[in-house]
Amino acid sequence: MPAQIIQANETPFATVAVDPVTLDIIENALRNARIEMDATLVRTAMSPGIREQGDAFPLIADYQGRMIVGQFGSYIGPFLEGYDGTVEDGDLIFLSDPYSVGGAISHCNDWLVLLPVFKDGRLIAYTSMFGHQSDIGGMVPGSMPIHATSIFQEGVRIPPVKIWKKGVYNEDLIKLVMHQSRTADWCKADLNALIASCRVAAARVVEMAERFGDDMFTSATDLLLDRNYRAMKHLIETSIGEEKVSFEDYICDDGMGFGPYKIKCTMWRENGPNGTRVVLDFDGTDPQSQASINMLLNENMMRMFFGIYMIMVFDPQILFNDGYYDLIDVRIPEGSLLKPKFPAALSGRTHVLGRLFDILGGLLGQKTPEFLNAAGFSSSPHLFYAGTDKAGKWFQLFQIGFGGIPGRPMGDGPDGHSLFPGFTNVPNEFLERYFPLIIERYETVADSGGAGLHRGGNGIDMVYRFLEDGVIAIHDDRWFVPPWGVNGGEPGARARKVLVKKDGTEIVVGNKLEDYPVEAGDRLHFITWGGGGWGDPLERDPALLAKELAQGLVTEKGALRYGVVLVDGAVDAAATEALRAKMRAERGPIETFNFGPDLETLRANCLAETGLPAPQAPKWATVA
Amino acid sequence: MTYRLGVDVGGTFTDLLLFDQTSGKFWRHKTPSTPHDSSEGILNGVSAICEKAGISPSDVEFFLHGTTVATNAVLEGKGARVGLITTQGYRQVMQIARSFVPGGLAGWIVWPKPEPLAALQDTLEIAGRMDADGKEISPIDDAEIRAALTQLRDAGVQALTVSLVNAYLNGAHEKRVGELAAEIMPDVPVSLSHEVLPEMQEYERTLTTVANASVRPVMRRYVRNLRDKLRGAGMAGSLSLLRSDGGLMSSEKSEEHPVSLLMSGPAGGVTGAIWVGKNSGIRNILTLDVGGTSTDVALIEGLEARRQRDTEVGHLKVRASALDVKTVGAGGGSIAYVPELTKALRVGPQSAGAVPGPVAYQKGGTLPTVTDANVVLGYLPENLLGGTFQLDREGAKKAVQTIADALGIGLMEAARGIIDIVNENMFGALRMISVQQGYDPRDFALMGFGGAGPLHVNAVARLMGSWPAVSPVSPGVLCALGDATTRMRTETARSFSKRVADTAEEDVIAVLDDMARQTRAELLAEGINEADITSLFELDVRYEGQAFEVPLSIDPETLRRDGLKAVTDRFDAEHLRLFTFNMDSAHELVNLRAVAMGPALDLPAPELPKSDGNLDRAKIRDHELWADGAMMPAAIYDRALLQSGDVIPGPAIVVEMDSTTLIEAGCNGTVDHVGNILINPDLIKQA
Repeated sequence: MPAQIIQANETPFATVAVDPVTLDIIENALRNARIEMDATLVRTAMSPGIREQGDAFPLIADYQGRMIVGQFGSYIGPFLEGYDGTVEDGDLIFLSDPYSVGGAISHCNDWLVLLPVFKDGRLIAYTSMFGHQSDIGGMVPGSMPIHATSIFQEGVRIPPVKIWKKGVYNEDLIKLVMHQSRTADWCKADLNALIASCRVAAARVVEMAERFGDDMFTSATDLLLDRNYRAMKHLIETSIGEEKVSFEDYICDDGMGFGPYKIKCTMWRENGPNGTRVVLDFDGTDPQSQASINMLLNENMMRMFFGIYMIMVFDPQILFNDGYYDLIDVRIPEGSLLKPKFPAALSGRTHVLGRLFDILGGLLGQKTPEFLNAAGFSSSPHLFYAGTDKAGKWFQLFQIGFGGIPGRPMGDGPDGHSLFPGFTNVPNEFLERYFPLIIERYETVADSGGAGLHRGGNGIDMVYRFLEDGVIAIHDDRWFVPPWGVNGGEPGARARKVLVKKDGTEIVVGNKLEDYPVEAGDRLHFITWGGGGWGDPLERDPALLAKELAQGLVTEKGALRYGVVLVDGAVDAAATEALRAKMRAERGPIETFNFGPDLETLRANCLAETGLPAPQAPKWATVA
Repeated sequence: MTYRLGVDVGGTFTDLLLFDQTSGKFWRHKTPSTPHDSSEGILNGVSAICEKAGISPSDVEFFLHGTTVATNAVLEGKGARVGLITTQGYRQVMQIARSFVPGGLAGWIVWPKPEPLAALQDTLEIAGRMDADGKEISPIDDAEIRAALTQLRDAGVQALTVSLVNAYLNGAHEKRVGELAAEIMPDVPVSLSHEVLPEMQEYERTLTTVANASVRPVMRRYVRNLRDKLRGAGMAGSLSLLRSDGGLMSSEKSEEHPVSLLMSGPAGGVTGAIWVGKNSGIRNILTLDVGGTSTDVALIEGLEARRQRDTEVGHLKVRASALDVKTVGAGGGSIAYVPELTKALRVGPQSAGAVPGPVAYQKGGTLPTVTDANVVLGYLPENLLGGTFQLDREGAKKAVQTIADALGIGLMEAARGIIDIVNENMFGALRMISVQQGYDPRDFALMGFGGAGPLHVNAVARLMGSWPAVSPVSPGVLCALGDATTRMRTETARSFSKRVADTAEEDVIAVLDDMARQTRAELLAEGINEADITSLFELDVRYEGQAFEVPLSIDPETLRRDGLKAVTDRFDAEHLRLFTFNMDSAHELVNLRAVAMGPALDLPAPELPKSDGNLDRAKIRDHELWADGAMMPAAIYDRALLQSGDVIPGPAIVVEMDSTTLIEAGCNGTVDHVGNILINPDLIKQA
């Protein structure tokens, strides 16, 4: 049964004419309100994940729940459909269970607050924000057990409940929830921060409605959505063909020794009874995993991702909102990696999330290679380190790592940067001050970016020396199937994790690892993936390679991939010309994509190349 | 008689303001800037203004200067070639730049990554390590350091910076590198991170140190050249520069620490606004400094401008105190356009700049700008700069018509739309510094200055509910006025990072006293009397675990009397005001700062004669402008002929040498006793 919205004033909003200038003013004002949400959050949140890394996402939606500003698209529609309760003035809704909102948030660590904004007894908008909590209980510190086989192992799971019910605060509820967390102080502060951000935006919305009138405000949000619909329709009609294009990519493994898992998407435009639509069909995607790498993919979120990529690839001027959802038909097979059945574990979903962006890039650019970017959206590599120090105090670190940005039409991919928006690293001096560790090395790995006219960004080698015994967990991907290159560019280097024990013994550890004990004095090399290359590496200016050699970003050996011979730091022009001629003659025609070796070859060479055994082909469970 | 001369060098004009400290009388002058060597334009201006006042340059005791030399060096990448020595394993600290990519999801596709300010090939590593308690965990190696320094010297770096991990806690290793550098590269200036910025966060500390080093040679050249030229012209008085935080520092100190000057330009307007506010009895002010390409806004509460710890220049954010000035890409030159796909009206941030400029300026501009819209609407009448500058209204109309056609609306509606959008962008910036900081804009006056501020101030005040809208005296040279009327200031900061509960009060006070001595010594060295120096402490407090600190200032006596409890109480109150909640978490004392200030100046403004009640005295002619959806009769007045107590009914335009004030329909402007125009809605008294 859908949610029941209770309004003291049931008068429907009237549609009024909005002049184009007022419309743009309202759009600007909403954008500013969203900036205020972000600012409020980072100032008051406490967990390093949110305050330093920015792992939180705001949203302002119209009274029907359609996103006007935000990033991940609106989850309010699916929430309202599945919520068996009322939405009233003075309510503030709180939830974290992905299955209760059709996957609109994708794992239980993301706490979401939703504030219905009432003005004069009428629901006029929603403001909402979700943010990643450092720990919500469950079987491992950080609450993202990669080896979980059911969501019940992943910590506290909050169905939609009301923190405030008609203005009355439910303190017991918060006590109960916080009691589940190993880091209750952070969670309390972060939850307060999420709420404060929503309240700030709600105040702005009410001010806007007061300034322009309620009907003008709601009519304007309709028009903003409609404006986006028209822009996207035009983009789709001019950029997407009726011929089907498919793209496949892989998640390397599931942390239990099985993999890779295939994600496949086919895209085409069709002219149905309701006009033009794009179909994104995930038929051919592997079944759900018995471990936690599943991602319950919300269709609206996929629509939003698609729209953002369309805009960024073809026309970055447009401000996106939910207005174009009708134009996109997303089809996800039940029981697949992207639509697992309850109670499948979800806490390792970050790898699929990242891979969807590579797939979108590959789909959209296939017919227009000049717009195509290489691959590199590995995932958000996670490191957890927890234990009790000598003074008896519990410590718990959760950190997100970064890697190589892919080669792009506009130039090289930056080295060691974030593909997710707004994220930053946690300063190492901060880490050393507040956690028992020393960061001995923090630099990018020479040659790890795929060669290309525009090379991929290098991955990062971050070396942690642990000062206390404890346990670590690692979640990363792109260690087995490399990030692909395009238009002649080569794949980037794969991710790798090496633990060097006190006595110097080197252990290659998995990229998905839980509860792994470390001792004081151990060093962990946390090495991330390099971005794929873009364009023909034999066309890259040799002088640039000489410069990058001096910068430590490539080596002499790595320069050979570009057909560039460097001797004592300088380009040997004659040798370079000869080598390039030879390489040109020997290689075949340039394909749009360079995926590197096929899966069988990757498997055969896995142990030798990565130090890890190859994953076994997944076995599909029969899902009831 | 004592004369103070304020000089603000902008991109197009050099503004001068000569102030007779005894009588409050002042003279102003505007002369074209000379970008190849700013001192030329300055000297032209000095001769001209001294002639106006009938004095000689030797009568000027204080030469006070706001400059964008350092800012431009950073923005245009024209700083020095900087060598950087880092800790082993941290060579790429500037290359990785905290991994941050601006923009939203997929923003990486279109982001051009800027080159680091210290090139990676000029960055070298050395062994040696301090831990997070400042204890050495591995030693440095002199031989290795010598080799690195020699390599950088031979490569030809023009400045050297040293930024080692955890040096904010213990600078011994950096000091040793500095000593060896003095030996190996004696002519190259050296900056050590623990001296420039003894604060946690390796990237920010390194960036700030590098930025400082990068602009030092440029600044040194500039200041020395200017000093020589001024001396040559017979000026013997002191030369000081305006810091980003609104205080002055000696030109010698500026050569050492130019990173404190990056917002020198905008700070001048804010200090000028404070002087205007003081004289007209307005203590809470929002400033609106509208230039050609951008608008700067700031908040002044109780005649004190809000400060912040960071200075943002282009894509760089360095740790140096600055007035909390927000900039939006909305100015007179901002270009209006209608994107094909969305059919939305957008204004800026692209700007026509000074060249080609707005269409109406007839310097080759073809795209419609905010200035063109103002011309079309009749807000900017026929001439600027006292009649020497003719505006092309027909050209402006033609350009704005393209917008009208794209939107399917009338010419005047399109022009007014452009103005409304640009005002909205200014409004957005003003909200960030007011509402978002927990201030109610209705408690503030809005002061518009810069070339175009007084044109927009009335409309933006209406959006903000900030009355009166103030068009100050000499709005076009308010920055120079600010340069002339502010006081000396210096500060030093240290990371502290301890819970208040675990901190002995005496320890904090001892550290602060030490820092106070250091800052007072600097001012004493500038020749300021001990008795004229005021010290102030600032403590950055947060709930343990937060990223955001609230800076709280307190004078030494109060701190001794009321202790740290008083500080944490004030933090709680401030946190509640900003974020609507408090927490029971521990308080953490993050940073300590000591500020020393020179004598406060009491510089009165000269009074105007009382109004004779006959406004015709100042009326130039009748006029017509667009208001409330129609052309309406209006009048144009000459600001120089206004008298104290005149009330100008809107719609009206007041012109002067370098600026134009628009009083909108439904509002009126009252001239106060020192010549500021205070605009209020007609109905405010009944409200």
